[in-house]
Amino acid sequence: MPSSRKGLADLAGLVPAMVLFGVFIAVPMLGALALSFFRWNGLGTPTWAGGANWVQFVHDPLARQALEVTAKVVVLSWIVQTPISIALGLFTAGRQRYRSVYAALFVLPLLLSTAGIALMWEALLDPEFGGITALGNSLHLGFLQQNWLGDPALTIYVLIALIAWQFIPFHTLLYQMGRRQIPAVLFEAALLDGASHAQLFWRVTLPQLRYTIVTSSTLIIVGSLTYFDIIYIMTNGGPGYTTRVVSLDMYQTAFQQNEFGYASVLAVVLGVVGVAVALGLVRYSGFGSMTSQQEGAA
Amino acid sequence: MSQTVARPARAQPAAHGARTATRARRRRPSPGRVLAFILATVWLVVVIAPIYYMVLASLRSQGTYLTANPWLPRGGLTLAEYGTVFGAGLGRYLLNSVILTAVCIVLTLSLCLGAAFRIVRRSTRAAGVTFRILLLGLAIPIQAIIVPLYLLVYKLHLYNTLFALMLVMSAAAVPVSVLIMVSFVRDIPRELIGAVLVDGGSEWTVFRRLIVPLSRPVLATLAIYDGLNVWNNFILPLVLTQSNNVAVLPLGLTKLEGLYSINVPAIMAAVLLSVLPLVILFVMLRKQVMRSLGSVAIR
Repeated sequence: MPSSRKGLADLAGLVPAMVLFGVFIAVPMLGALALSFFRWNGLGTPTWAGGANWVQFVHDPLARQALEVTAKVVVLSWIVQTPISIALGLFTAGRQRYRSVYAALFVLPLLLSTAGIALMWEALLDPEFGGITALGNSLHLGFLQQNWLGDPALTIYVLIALIAWQFIPFHTLLYQMGRRQIPAVLFEAALLDGASHAQLFWRVTLPQLRYTIVTSSTLIIVGSLTYFDIIYIMTNGGPGYTTRVVSLDMYQTAFQQNEFGYASVLAVVLGVVGVAVALGLVRYSGFGSMTSQQEGAA
Repeated sequence: MSQTVARPARAQPAAHGARTATRARRRRPSPGRVLAFILATVWLVVVIAPIYYMVLASLRSQGTYLTANPWLPRGGLTLAEYGTVFGAGLGRYLLNSVILTAVCIVLTLSLCLGAAFRIVRRSTRAAGVTFRILLLGLAIPIQAIIVPLYLLVYKLHLYNTLFALMLVMSAAAVPVSVLIMVSFVRDIPRELIGAVLVDGGSEWTVFRRLIVPLSRPVLATLAIYDGLNVWNNFILPLVLTQSNNVAVLPLGLTKLEGLYSINVPAIMAAVLLSVLPLVILFVMLRKQVMRSLGSVAIR
């Protein structure tokens, strides 16, 4: 009977992908939770620690600072990236030829790996021989002469700017697509009603972009919550602990101090906050019901 | 139909509205448009200038990099440092990255299309449960599981192998790939599937004759999206590999930086060489790439 044969087909289709996902994503997820209740230096046998790691986490000033730095990265990344991406997205959505040239060039940072971006900016920001300093000297702009990656008051903002440089191109692309999916009829109708440019933007464009805004915001927030690469390569948390975000704290706790149990607490915190933010934004915005509206978009 | 947002004359009948609007835009651009143009041009400079600097710096010798104005193409340019970094192992990193990316794309796409097909056919409850688990998996950041992942890979004796990266990176791409494929495969008309089954075809025939060929656009999209993620991933190779002979490009670049910390031209040359394959692909497939990146996130 077909039903058993279909069951077999289900098995053949689903099992390989689910085994791969289960072994390398789901099991480690549960592993992190379990490990957070053990003490383990990576060698020997893990010893049961009860809630000790979690108590340590609550009282750890470095963890608190890491949380604060991470919060700063998340909030400022959203504030910086969102308006710029919307503006650039609306600009590149235009069909004029020069705009498509702009759009193509805007994508370039997406091709560079994070490591490549970090190395490029390290060369540019070198306080002695870097390109920014050279530019400051040529143009007599003294403020360009800074210890960009060594000044405790400045470095975190430099990193946030570089993260924006890396990711704005992607979000621009999202808003470009979002804008192009708004039916032209809506604008024509608003124009016939005598809407001004500002009204068109606030009353038509922005509300119509709401799903794109949710998608983009979720990606920015979850992405910057767990951001690691550029910070690890460029400052490794310094100067002092001023750029040590939670994911870096976790990495150093695990792989430099060999405290796998305590590192897992930080991992669980990251995972839970990340999932909560993603699901919260999706539910709060009614994003789950969007499927039919976007049907056929790809 | 014109996409313009300028204001047509009130008295015009609706049919002429759009054409008039186009003319109005030519004459007097709105303040918003002017602002957007200025912002876009500033951003263009912010994007291009660092890359221009990198290209120029890579063409210097170590000496002229320190003495000449780094923003002007004067004072002796050379390709010498490209040779230096290639000799220092960049070729190996490049090869590792190409192998890893190719295997991950093939593995992810083949496994996920099978899973997506079964989820859409949904003949058992398992298919529905699978789908919901994957939805949850979409929200898990890889950083949150990196510690146990390292321990797991170590226990499986896969530490410091490209094979481990192939498995883990493909696994990480499963949720997003399956979800996108599901929303694509769902749109394939049931009548087509029914026709194959009536002709005596099995589920396997449906998959091979119908689903695979019809899914070509979504496969291309995901090949680009997943491929780019694998190519540029940094934290997994950092945690799961160690030796130079299995290092992929992003990690290899930081190894070269350790080797040539004061030879900026060499490092810039390495970064540019590492991005060259992508630039070539991008120039060939620009439209497809931009559509892929956007549509994956829109879903």
